[in-house]
Amino acid sequence: MSNLEEFRAETRRWLEANCPREMREDLRGEEDICWGGRNWKFKSEAQKLWLERMAAKGWTTPAWPKGYGGGGLSKEETKVLKSEMRRINARSPLESFGIWMLGPALLKYGTHEQKAHFLPAIVRGEIRWCQGYSEPNAGSDLASLATKCEDKGEHWLVTGQKIWTSYADESDWIFCLVRTDPKATKHNGISFLLFDMASPGVSTKPIKLISGKSPFCETFFDNVEVPKIHGDGVSAIVGEPNRGWDVAKYLLTHEREMIGGGGGGLMAGRGIGEVAVGDIGLEDGKLADPMLRAKITAAEIDGWAFLLTLERMKDEAKAGQGVGANSSMLKYYGTEMNKRRYELMMDSGGSDALEWEGKRSNDGKLAKMWLRTKANSIEGGTSEIQLNIIAKRILELPDA
Amino acid sequence: MPLVLTEEQELLREQARGFLDDEAPLAALRKLRDANNATGFSRDLWKEMAELGWAGILVEEKFGGADFGFVGAGVLAEEMGRTLSASPFLSTSILAATALRKFATAAHKEEHLPRISAGDLVMALAVDEGSKHGPAKTALKAEKSGNAFKLSGSKSFVADGHVADKVIVAARSAGAPGETEGLTLFLVDAVAKGLRRERTMMVDSRNAARLEFDNVEATGDAVIGEVNGGYQALEGVLSAGRAGLAAEMSGAAQQAFKMTVDYLKVRKQFGKPVGSFQALQHRAAHLYTEIELMKSVVLKALQDLDENFGMAAVTCSLAKAKAGEVAKLASQEAVQMHGGIGMTDEFDIGFYMKRIRVAQEMFGDFAFHADRIARLRGY
Repeated sequence: MSNLEEFRAETRRWLEANCPREMREDLRGEEDICWGGRNWKFKSEAQKLWLERMAAKGWTTPAWPKGYGGGGLSKEETKVLKSEMRRINARSPLESFGIWMLGPALLKYGTHEQKAHFLPAIVRGEIRWCQGYSEPNAGSDLASLATKCEDKGEHWLVTGQKIWTSYADESDWIFCLVRTDPKATKHNGISFLLFDMASPGVSTKPIKLISGKSPFCETFFDNVEVPKIHGDGVSAIVGEPNRGWDVAKYLLTHEREMIGGGGGGLMAGRGIGEVAVGDIGLEDGKLADPMLRAKITAAEIDGWAFLLTLERMKDEAKAGQGVGANSSMLKYYGTEMNKRRYELMMDSGGSDALEWEGKRSNDGKLAKMWLRTKANSIEGGTSEIQLNIIAKRILELPDA
Repeated sequence: MPLVLTEEQELLREQARGFLDDEAPLAALRKLRDANNATGFSRDLWKEMAELGWAGILVEEKFGGADFGFVGAGVLAEEMGRTLSASPFLSTSILAATALRKFATAAHKEEHLPRISAGDLVMALAVDEGSKHGPAKTALKAEKSGNAFKLSGSKSFVADGHVADKVIVAARSAGAPGETEGLTLFLVDAVAKGLRRERTMMVDSRNAARLEFDNVEATGDAVIGEVNGGYQALEGVLSAGRAGLAAEMSGAAQQAFKMTVDYLKVRKQFGKPVGSFQALQHRAAHLYTEIELMKSVVLKALQDLDENFGMAAVTCSLAKAKAGEVAKLASQEAVQMHGGIGMTDEFDIGFYMKRIRVAQEMFGDFAFHADRIARLRGY
């Protein structure tokens, strides 16, 4: 038996023995996702047990180095683990911005001390992170951010405001872009700062969205004192001071890939066509609404082509080919695709899809998701920003 | 199989690009058109392509072919799309070679495949009868007469049908038009008695033909595939043709896009390169994305033909549908972004728009393939 097959057999046995039954049921909704953190209240004993067991093996972040609490698995092994988890319909034990965004940035730009201090707590779901990027006057033009960070000798003094901070009100720490050199050109005076959201002077205010939910907050910093060194030689700044834009950009690439990948969902699970057949029915073997059928087919063709493109980009990356800025292309197309998919499901659902309350509509689940997708092409850099990046970095078109 | 070309396939691409740039650039097509060349391609050039192994790219080595598979054929089609090189590659080396290799008798293979590989035999596939594609609509009658069949009816949009030595024709030997049962494929001589052909020069300066069959005799030996069960073979051959056309459109679209982006960088208005205007940048960036999607579906279809020929119909439809739409967008944007010069005959971009329009229509347009995909997906 090859090592990989052995690993698969072992993994299968371990999951069988350690994944609680309840954690193999479909998520009933967002409320079943485990985000972890200091104030996290587990929804069940099974959720707690599942996180603890997976974290102990480092399998909440299977590919991270063992030395920092990760699973130390190769790409192939990580794939095996994921496929074995899918096989038993195991839920993800932990989701977090620490795993998706901060972790990869620390692994690339962090010092050994920073990695050793922050990564294991992410792996175990002990600290929940939020991302302090956008400001009221720095959205698409992110690098014009103005949150002040002054050098006060022993500490940094942070004053300013962030907006669209996802889950800021539930997070423990923030990775935050701040301006450390107001005199430098806009990309060159930014630092990537880590600090505790419980620090005096930090306050948050949820923003209610059109979907009725509040995943985002306004975050205010009123003379927040951030120690320059957290504990044993752990600098509060990742990378060089005033070079935070490099870290920020790298992290954005990860964020874009994560958001864009959602468009691939178009062909996963139930296709829109299948949903529409359930809603509207067939006539002579074809969807009873021929105009909607045509639109759905066109969308499914694009969705399928997009999925194959995700696959091709992965294969090219493995073969050492490919273009870095392609994450912009995937983010752009994937999010536009996802919006299109929900528009079509709303078309298909008709007035049933418009109900906002009550059991029949699962409290307006589809309508709320439809509205939520509208943010996909805004968050993590708007579609227009992605098109700018493609035009500049890939097509090398001249600046205006 | 990873969605990337192998080293061997990359080498083939390099070789093809070098040869076509030197020997069959777009200027060659322009020359053929301006001379009103009745063949529509250069036979000498086709002979040279055969020497490079291209004519027999899908033919087994024992019949003199290169046996490079559909991905290899697609690489060539794509490169020919870049330069809009005219040749009987699609009709002979993709369609006829696939029909013979996959569905013909040993005798047919031995007789025809070596001549295809050598570039000595041009063949054509005659399917459509009306102005829109629909193999099941076939009405051309095949009436049994003793051991043979008599073929009567008409065919149109037969690529290279005006110069082909042999024609593979889809005929109705049973059932009624609209049914997939009851079709038979025949291999007939282009100069057979009762077969009349008319060259139809198309908008892209390439040639097709209308064929009239008046009691053309075809013996039982002339059948490719099964009598009355020809639809399956026809679908297989068409899948290869669709993927080939998709690859050609991909090459044409990529070249038109490259010319356009290059132009945006040099053409100045209001004192700046027009490529610095965001209105054009966003359209170009969107088109880039669509072209990347097209490249993925085309490669997938070609790989599927190589790996599981019988199951490749869906991805070939996907590739034909998507490539048609993207190439159309690329050619339209190319003309618009070039402005007035894009409308002139002297400038090359119009040739791309014309060829893409023809390739888009051949063997099913977007609506045809989208409908198929919807049906296959149960709605």
